[in-house]
Amino acid sequence: MTLRFQRLLLILLSLLFLLSAILLILFNSKKNIVFFYTPSELLENNVELNKTIRIGAFVQKGSFKKIADRTYEFNLSDKKNFIKVMYTGFLPDLFREEQGAVIEGILISKKLIKASTVYAKHDENYMPNSIKKSLELNEYWQRKY
Amino acid sequence: MKFLINPNKFNKFTDIIIKPLYLLSAICLVVGLLFSLYLSPNDYQQGSTVRIMYIHVPSAWLALLIFFIMTIYSIVGLAFKIPFAFIVNTAIAPIGTIFTIICLITGSLWGKPMWGTWWVWDARLTSVAILLLVYLIIVFINYSFTKIELKEKIVAIFIIIGSINLPIIKFSVDWWNTLHQPASISKFSSPSIDIAMLIPLLIMTLSFALIAVLISILRIKYEILSRKDKIS
Repeated sequence: MTLRFQRLLLILLSLLFLLSAILLILFNSKKNIVFFYTPSELLENNVELNKTIRIGAFVQKGSFKKIADRTYEFNLSDKKNFIKVMYTGFLPDLFREEQGAVIEGILISKKLIKASTVYAKHDENYMPNSIKKSLELNEYWQRKY
Repeated sequence: MKFLINPNKFNKFTDIIIKPLYLLSAICLVVGLLFSLYLSPNDYQQGSTVRIMYIHVPSAWLALLIFFIMTIYSIVGLAFKIPFAFIVNTAIAPIGTIFTIICLITGSLWGKPMWGTWWVWDARLTSVAILLLVYLIIVFINYSFTKIELKEKIVAIFIIIGSINLPIIKFSVDWWNTLHQPASISKFSSPSIDIAMLIPLLIMTLSFALIAVLISILRIKYEILSRKDKIS
């Protein structure tokens, strides 16, 4: 093996070690890196009450209620479990039922959270508006989000 | 393919292709902008805000691609002692920095109406912010040494260390819960983006890439000249 390939091997090996070190750190601190918990993860993990936390899931169909001016109530559900959200403030454009949302707020119980911020989460699907309309006309619109 | 590692061959080759490249990138950019601003449809959820994607996604891809190219050149340059590799590193780092900044700004402008926030500290956004910091450090080191041989090696090592961030950026949306949505286009599945929106996205990516190549050629030529100047 020539000197230059030894150097190449050394560089690649050190890169590999460094990469595995960083990935080990990241995966072992997963709890701190995740931006939000899903309602199911919330039940599985020990989360302290009365602390600020972020929860993300889909807004349950038919659960959205306007209580008063700028005061809303809805359920966030990941199909298995759900959590009730109380929120006072403005909602982002993309916020609607059966769409993803992430909320930040104070956990009152494992089934109720008082939100201070609501973010809308959109998915990776992009489709022209006209196609959606024609799909709906044919009753072919089956994607649920 | 010798022109990728030999400055003289590089100069000869790029003298031939640079004029067609000017024309081609101009045409591509005009066609791409026409497609993305007028001819592409509105999204069924996001309306016309989706057009930010045609700037945001290509610049993000190019920021990553340029860093990847710098990583390859650093490894090859350090292992096989090729001076031209370090010339390329010095020349293209600022281009990647600008694309990262464009990506962060357009992403922010997109996030405000869609998510309801300019910025959140989720894994994808944070890792791209770290990419910008790494890029800036590389550019700063490039301007702060008088001994070129020493500077080149430090920059190359820093690039190799910084390249660990690339897979983290790419897979952050799959490994962790993030506010940023996962990739729409991946190699292993059909894209979850409609063809009418995919075409403008690809044309814009091509034109951004051509412009990046063009600026890279000019900067590498300048770097070669300035080094010859210092030696003589």
